[in-house]
Amino acid sequence: MKRIYVNEKWCLGCHLCEYYCAFSDMDETDMARALKDIKINPKIKIEEEGDVSFAVSCRHCREPLCVKGCITGALSINDGVITIDKERCVSCYTCILCCPFGAVSPSLDGAVQKCELCVQTTSGTPACVRGCPNGAIVFEERG
Amino acid sequence: MKYVIIGNSAAGAGAVEGIRQVDKNGEITVITNEAHHTYSRPLISYLLMGKASEDKMKYRPDSFYKDNNCNLLYGTVTKIDAETKQAALADGSRVPYDRLLVATGSSAFIPPFEGLDALEDKFIFMGLDDARKLDAALCPDKRVLIVGAGLIGLKCAEGILNRAQRITVIDLAPGILSSILDDDGAKYVQSHLESKGIEFILSRSISRLEENTAVLDGGETVGFDILILAVGVRPNTSLLNGIAGIDRGIVINERSETSAPGIYAAGDCTQSTDISSGLSRPMALLPNAYIQGECAGINMAGGDKTFDKAIPMNAAGFCGLHVITAGNYTGDVYAENKDGSYKRLFYKSNALNGYILIGNVEKAGIYTSLIRERTALDTIDFELVCRKPSLMAFTKEDRIIKLGSEST
Repeated sequence: MKRIYVNEKWCLGCHLCEYYCAFSDMDETDMARALKDIKINPKIKIEEEGDVSFAVSCRHCREPLCVKGCITGALSINDGVITIDKERCVSCYTCILCCPFGAVSPSLDGAVQKCELCVQTTSGTPACVRGCPNGAIVFEERG
Repeated sequence: MKYVIIGNSAAGAGAVEGIRQVDKNGEITVITNEAHHTYSRPLISYLLMGKASEDKMKYRPDSFYKDNNCNLLYGTVTKIDAETKQAALADGSRVPYDRLLVATGSSAFIPPFEGLDALEDKFIFMGLDDARKLDAALCPDKRVLIVGAGLIGLKCAEGILNRAQRITVIDLAPGILSSILDDDGAKYVQSHLESKGIEFILSRSISRLEENTAVLDGGETVGFDILILAVGVRPNTSLLNGIAGIDRGIVINERSETSAPGIYAAGDCTQSTDISSGLSRPMALLPNAYIQGECAGINMAGGDKTFDKAIPMNAAGFCGLHVITAGNYTGDVYAENKDGSYKRLFYKSNALNGYILIGNVEKAGIYTSLIRERTALDTIDFELVCRKPSLMAFTKEDRIIKLGSEST
């Protein structure tokens, strides 16, 4: 299955992936206008320290601790993609307790959020991958 | 192959899914003494709060049993006959098995208070039927007294916050949530809950109960209309008395096997090794229950699965304040109170043993994984990870593996 992989060597720390991620959830056409003056809460997040930076988003683990630990059944695996049913999530944050990558995060809509590889919002390539100007985030099949 | 699973909660559902990963055809029978589709017990407080409906409480979709080709049998198992490999039910019927999973959960401990038997409006808060009974009894002009300031008692208090005239929580311990918080953390959460209107009486016990009145050990009295008992739980082990090893819970190994051949156990009825302390203890929490159940299922069906990374861990919100904790609280302490949040990390012998996060709980799982994997702290940037849980704290080589290869 295709997954998102990042290579910190190529990451510029520009945070564009975060903006593309946030924008992908919006029902808007103009990204600059849509994101102007708002604090975004993306599902992919840059870690940076000194001159090192890289993006972190859900790894879509084969044996996902977030899904196994989910107390409601809101998190499940669909064709390898770990998805969240926001209607069932009660924001207990057990998934945040369990995820070894820190890739599930709180959101303001009463449910947690995580990368779903843009399966709901776009077809084909996830928005962060399309938006990365330096090829530091790729979407491909790896063993 | 005939599989029988006693229990229909997280461990039971995990076992069904585990068996079906290996064996698509074997006959699975799930026996439950609750007349419900598999549901999430921790959601009963959300049900009372109105944040979950009974339909949304279902732990798996309506088609779960059909999808997994298994039978759901409503009944109470009264005895296991390990010689003839049969589960005997209260109605006299017997269900034969080749592999058995005991996933019977835990029961509320009922303290031997003088006068308790004579009380009418007394409740426990363990399952959907308990929640329904409490729901029917609640009334805005009634005073509620909750005995026990642990997770169950406080989630109950949160669930009924706006549905009672007054909520008082009493506990023997000097601090709330004494099984998962240190003293300062307990005070932090307590003052938050007090600001929401919940009253606490701590370091006190009930010496006797009269109608609408609890008489405390010092002689003073607390009035109530509804009494909720939440002093603790006991693993339901009795079915395996004389059949398998039992300590505080049914003793299982890392394959979820009991000491009896062909009999497995998982979830709140068990005890297993807590790798943060090395001690064998009951760890009654849903993620462990599911993982132990799934592990049991895979092994029951002839697969080979181990789960040897159990630790105590909890995530819970109380009136908007989030608390995430894991492991045990021994060793040196990293303490940080910042921006209204509370953080304590406990480490010893080059390993993280436990942590407490209150308020800001983001990326807590990175700490959990340091405990679970027994990561040598001198191989990471521990100073950085103390300040903020991050993958940056790992070596470049580790980061490349974590973010550049398929994760198992």
